[in-house]
Parts: sequence; C-alpha cells; structure tokens
Amino acid sequence: MPEDTKLSREPSEPAHEHHESSLTGYIVIWLILLAGTALTVIAARIDLGRFNAAVALTIATIKALLVALFFMHIKGAHEKLLKLVVISTIFFLFILLTLSMADYGTRTWS
Amino acid sequence: MSMATATIQPVERENYLNKEYGVGSWLFTTDHKRIALLYLISITFFFFIGGFFALLIRLELLTPASDLVQADTYNKLFTMHGMVMVFFFLIPSIPAVLGNFLVPMMIGAKDLAFPRINLLSWYLYIIGGIMMLHCMLTGGVDTGWTFYTPFSTAYSNTKIVEAGLAIFVTGFSSILTGLNFVVTIHRMRAPGMTWSRLPLFIWAHYATSIIQILGTPVIAITIVLVAAERALHLGIFDPRLGGDPLLFQHLFWFYSHPAVYIMILPSMGVVTEIIACFARKRIFGYSFVAFSSIAIAVFGFLVWAHHMFVAGISVYAALVFSLLSYAVAVPSAVKVFNWTATLYKGSIHYDAPMLYAFGFIGLFTMGGLTGLFLAALGIDVHVTDTYFVIAHFHYIMVGGALMGYLGGLHFWWPKISGRLYPEGWARLAALIVFLGFNLTFFPQFVLGYLGMPRRYADYSHMPEFQVLNVLSTAGATVLGVGYLLPMLYFLWSMRYGKPAPDNPWKAAGLEWMTTSPPTTFNFETEPVVTWEAYNYDEIDSAHKQEVKVVG
Amino acid sequence: MSDSTVVGLHHEEQHHPELLHHFAEPQQQEDSASLGMWIFLGTEVMFFGGLFCAYLIYRLAYFGDFAAASQTLSWKLGATNTAVLICSSLTVVFAVYAAQQGKRTMLIGSLVLTIILGFAFLGIKATEYAEKFEKHHVPGPSFQFDNVPVPGHPDQMANRGHAQIYFALYFIMTGLHALHMIIGIGFFTWLLFAAWRGRFNPEYNTPVEMGGLYWHFVDIVWIYLFPLLYLIDLHK
Repeated sequence: MPEDTKLSREPSEPAHEHHESSLTGYIVIWLILLAGTALTVIAARIDLGRFNAAVALTIATIKALLVALFFMHIKGAHEKLLKLVVISTIFFLFILLTLSMADYGTRTWS
Repeated sequence: MSMATATIQPVERENYLNKEYGVGSWLFTTDHKRIALLYLISITFFFFIGGFFALLIRLELLTPASDLVQADTYNKLFTMHGMVMVFFFLIPSIPAVLGNFLVPMMIGAKDLAFPRINLLSWYLYIIGGIMMLHCMLTGGVDTGWTFYTPFSTAYSNTKIVEAGLAIFVTGFSSILTGLNFVVTIHRMRAPGMTWSRLPLFIWAHYATSIIQILGTPVIAITIVLVAAERALHLGIFDPRLGGDPLLFQHLFWFYSHPAVYIMILPSMGVVTEIIACFARKRIFGYSFVAFSSIAIAVFGFLVWAHHMFVAGISVYAALVFSLLSYAVAVPSAVKVFNWTATLYKGSIHYDAPMLYAFGFIGLFTMGGLTGLFLAALGIDVHVTDTYFVIAHFHYIMVGGALMGYLGGLHFWWPKISGRLYPEGWARLAALIVFLGFNLTFFPQFVLGYLGMPRRYADYSHMPEFQVLNVLSTAGATVLGVGYLLPMLYFLWSMRYGKPAPDNPWKAAGLEWMTTSPPTTFNFETEPVVTWEAYNYDEIDSAHKQEVKVVG
Repeated sequence: MSDSTVVGLHHEEQHHPELLHHFAEPQQQEDSASLGMWIFLGTEVMFFGGLFCAYLIYRLAYFGDFAAASQTLSWKLGATNTAVLICSSLTVVFAVYAAQQGKRTMLIGSLVLTIILGFAFLGIKATEYAEKFEKHHVPGPSFQFDNVPVPGHPDQMANRGHAQIYFALYFIMTGLHALHMIIGIGFFTWLLFAAWRGRFNPEYNTPVEMGGLYWHFVDIVWIYLFPLLYLIDLHK
C-alpha cells in the first residue's frame, strides 16, 4: 500500500514549491508536439501497408504522453497516486478494447 | 446483549437533525448526514414504485393466461420494475444512504471532500428520477431494462430516449458519489487512520467507487448512441445498414456487469461490520477481506460477456469469459470464508442486524453458486433467459444486497436517528423477510430449470408451472409484509423510540465515538487513531473491568 | 444555509479566505481538488472510450468504406486544428505558470489567447461541419454516399451503410469533443473574469490548474481523433 504509513494530510508536494519546469521547457515540448503532428501527416502519405495505423497511433501516444507528463505535470508529481489513477484508467479502457476484440477477432462467419 | 441504559436527556443536545429547521435547511444542506437522509427518503420512494411493478408481475403470473394485462403491458411492467430497481434503488442504496452518512465519520473527517458535489449528486438523482417517473406515467418502456438493439433502436415505439436520458442523468449522480468517496478516503483520513486501520466498510466503498467511476461513463455513452440511432436511424446497431447489435450488448454489459458489484460490495462491507460486532471479534483475515474487495472490483470488469453466451459471440470469446467468470467468484468466496472464520468461537448475539447478516451469508452464497452454474457454458445454454437466471440474480440482489442494506439500517439506526428501534419487531421482520424471500425465489430456480422462460406474460402452453408460480406470488406477499414492517417501526421510533445511547452495540469504529445523533461536524475534536480496527478484545475487556454497582 | 462556524480548532489560525471549513489546511484542499479532477478525467476517458471501442470494431470490419468516407474530410483542416489545440495547450501552461508566479498580466494574456484559440478550433470545425452538411454526408434521412470508390480499389464502390456508420461516429466523436471544448471555453472565460478581479495568487490558484488539466485532456482526445478519423489510407 503506497500510503500505509503516511498520514492522509501530508501534502502531495511541499506547499508552494513549483516544478523545475521553466518556460523554455514548455516551448520545447510544444515544438516537439507540432513536429509530431507534421510527422503524422507525412507518414500517412507514405504507404507503410499495415503499419500506417500503428505508426500514427504510436506518434499520437507519444504526443499524449508528452502533454500528460509535462503539461499536466505528472512527471513532477511527488505522489504515485496520480500515476495510479491514470494507469488504472488506461488499463480498463484497454480491457474494453481488447476483450471486445476477443469476440470480434474470432468470429469465423461473415 | 443488553443495551446500555439510555442517558436521561432533559434538554436535547444540538445535533445535525435539530441544528436547523425548515425545508430550505434540508434542500440546501451540504451536511453529508442530511444528504444521506434525503437519499433515504428518495430511494425508499422508488423502492415502492419498483415493488409495485413487481406486485403486478407476480399477480399476472398467478395464472398461466395473460389475463391481468396484455403482453405489451407486461413487457412494460418488467422493464420498469428492472429499471427502477436497478438504477433508482439498488445502485444508489447503500453508498448513497449509509456510505454518505458513515464514510466521513468512520475515517474521522468532518464531511466528504466535496460537500457541494454531494448535494449535486442528490439533485441529479432526483432530476433523473422525475424524468423516469414522467416517462413511466406517459407510456413507459417495453424493451426490458437491458434495452437491447435493434428492438430498442429500430422497432419499439415506447419512450426509450426519455428513459435513457433519465438513466444518463442518474448515472452522473453515481459517478460523482464514487469520485467523492475516493478523494475523501485518500485525503481526509484523521491522523493515525492508516489504510490498514480502516473499517472494511470503507474498503468496500472504495472498491465500489472505482467501479462507479470507471464503468458508469460507458453506459452513459451507450445511451447517447442509442438515442442518436433512434433519432437519426444511423445504423450503428442496425444489421440492415451494416451495424452489429452485439456491439450494443458489449458496451451495455461492460457497465452493467460491474454494476452488480456496485450493488453487492457495499452490502458485504455492512455485513463485515455487523459480524465483527455481534461476534465480538476481530475480522478474520483483514487484509484478505480488504484486497478481495478490490479484486472483485477489478475482476468484475473482465467478465461482462457471460451475459451474451447465446447472443452470437464467438465460441472462443465465450470460453474466455466463462473462465474469467469462474475467477471472479474466488474473491467473493474468500469473504464468505472470512466471515465464517470470524464467527467461529465468537460470542454471538442474535440482534436484528445479525439476523440480516446471517440471512445475507446464506442467500448470497446460494446466489453466487448458482452464478457459477450460469458461467458454465453447457448449463447456460439451457437455463439462460429462464427463471433460473431471475432467481439467481434476485438471490444476490435481494437476498444479498437488500438484506445487507436492511441490516445496516438497523445497525446504524440508533446513530442516525438517536432512537432505538423495537428489537422484537425487528427480529420478527427479519424472519418474515427471510421466509418470504425464499418462498418467492426458490421456486423460480425450479421453474427455470424446468424450462419456464423469463419475460413471458402467458405461459398457458406450460400450465404445469402454475403451482410454483402461485407459491412464488404467495412468497412475494409475505416478503412485502416483511419490508413494510421496518418502514413502520423506523418511523414509529423517530417519535416514540427510546433515546439511543452513543454506542448501544458497544461497537468498534469512530462513528460510535460520537453522539447519537452526531453533531453537524461529527467530532468535537479531531480524533487521533492509535488502535487497530475491530479492537473488540480491548472494548470488551474494558467493560469487564467495570465494577458492577448494585442498586 | 451554510455552516460557517468552524468547530474543533485548537489554535488561532489565520484562515486563508479560500479555505473551506471541512478541510484542515489549504494543501489538503488543493490536493483533494487535484485528485478529484484527475478522477473526473478518468471518467471522461471511459466516456470517450466507448466511442473509440465502437470505432475500432467498425474500422477493422469496414476498412475500405471507412477510408473512402474519411477521405472526404480535409486533412489540412484537421492538421491545422491539431496545431491550434497544441498551441492552446501551450498558452494554458503559461497561464498556470503565471498564476503560480503571481504574474497577473501574463495570466490574463494567456487566458485570453487560450480562449481565442479555442474559438478558432470551433470555427474551423464549424466550416467542416457545414461542408459535410452540403455534401449530404450527415447521417440521417438525407444521407447520400453513392459512387465513391474505395481508395486503392477504383472499381469497388463504398458501401453506403458502412459509410454512414463512419460519419455517425465522426459526428458523435468530434461533436462530443466540440461540446467539451465549448464547456472548456466557458470555464476559461470564468477564469478570465476571476483573474481580472485578482482572485488568483501564488497561494491560491487551484481553479487555474484544474482548468488546465481539463483543457489538456480535451487536447489529448483530439490528438487521437485526428489520425484515426482523418488519416485513413491517405497514401492511396
């Protein structure tokens, strides 16, 4: 249990301490996100066969991770709880998608 | 067990009930205890409505012919019974009433993390409820509470969109309650209240909240899709346009299966508290019970397509979901073993809450085991869509969840109302409920096994089923009496009941260290917890050392 | 009626004006708000998730028809909108930074820019929707999708019913996203007024942070919607 010995009122981060993210850091992430968008479009216009979708989704996931980690400050969070919330949510979405495919992917008719 | 003598209170102390009077002080309250009572009144109202539909169903089934109502009307009866009972009674019940009242107190907090959102939850429930009432009064729905496509999207001409919207709105009530509980349990525990000292009631509500948070949005979006399809003939679920009706079922059951764990987990939490108290023992295997709650919440999301075995999913998928369904039974069984082990060599008292807890253990076990029957593909093919399934889920929802709810209401009634209910009548009511329940639903197992289909108004091609149906209806009448009694004597006790001491049961838990009823902010000073949960040995030995005064 | 009397405090404490009575200290309140917002975003992920599930299943089943339908969208407009949202996420982090640093002008400027970019997104979306309406690609009684070849298979015409499913999901997914944008813009407008009145400072800026989290989430949804909806088989 991550918080077994922790009193519930201990702050998730020391009060008033701000992350080491400078504005420059944000701008760098912003540029990477824009580059990723451009890359997605370029890759979509190249025939990669079955991998077009995979490439597009991979770039999208990297972009989403950058936004979540740096813009939404998950990276600097002192608590594991927020990461747990995010991971659990993604896990259950993943369950919805994959276990549905257990049906749709194995139908041998039509 | 004898109650502690009531303290003489010449002047009533200020508590959350008498702090302020007037409708406005109730409708605009942010006090979690008042909101709990608002919910109590509202869900009791909807329980009556759902029960009324059940009464009509059982009356119709007294005779094989569809002579009380026509088939179209009968379809509406079982649909409305299901929708009201599931969405407006069972899902809110324990969390909204007992959870709202007790969660802050059990962890030593003044209120939930978001009191105004708590009030908003209640208003959303009421708005959804009014929409559902309006829907029922202007024609209702006839698709079954499961509103399967394409009947619900392309063929039925009943008020599906309105009912769907009502459920959509009430769903947000559920989501916000779950959100509130999780944040409260993480952030508002009193000093010293570590995770391993939490009452298992809290663990149960935490697990329930996870399901409410993650599952309810999926049925919300499903309702949006159904409404859109109905309005625009989109084809998402229409085979004629390339849609798959089973997609609806996947999305629907992704929520609705975990939803049944929303209904049972809080009840299990209640039973755990009651058993510890009335066996005067620490719960056997605290961590097992705690983690099994979380396991049920997680595993509960993995099994939904066991509702679809004969609907047209692939055999491979059926296999996978069947196996997973066996897995989900394990944590539930773990709890039953732990309760039993707690009772062993306990000092057992048979007060009304304990009678309900005993009833829960027996009936839930039967319901759960018959779930395993249904999880077996070979059996399910024969008994699916028969009364076997109906008996199965009523054993769990009524024999399980509702018994737990009633037991909890009795157990915490002195704390909530400051009054004692009449113990003799309560034990009688518990017995009547137990007998009535079994008379109602056990015959349904037999009926289903013999092949009587569910949702049929007319079974005149199988007239031999009448005897069992008559037994079932007779049982329902007894059950109704059993439910009416607590409503009557709880109301009676508010006026004429003996004033309750702070801890009539000498139970463990922070909520029992407040006054009965509590003050608005629960605790005079913030508690600091230095003891483990269920410290009944300490509690009882402290009393043993009291010198008995004669006279 | 609000219970403003606080019971149970032992020591004289100068309450932060924004501290609600049931919390012991501002940090607890802020941490609760943060956890609450993250959990709410979790519910939103599942809400959109159901749509992604439907989309996944039908795209795999009707890939060619989906590609044909998708290519009637303008990927340029979609890409532009993606850039617009990414820029707005930058202005949002600037706003949060400004609030934490107590820089009022920067805060107000960032909030204004965010709102403008939000409206820009909606404006572009509106033109796209208008174009779909003109071409009879809106699902319903007036839907038309005849003689559109499947990309890469010029002799095979796309199935009308399957294309309608694509557009149904397109409108519901982007429509739901746009609705979230509208709510976000509304919330940021409130933030703007509150910031103008000087409500936020280094000690208290929780609403700005919470608004930021929400906005970034809506951005992330679009980051997935864009390639999935606009970029199917573009090379053909």
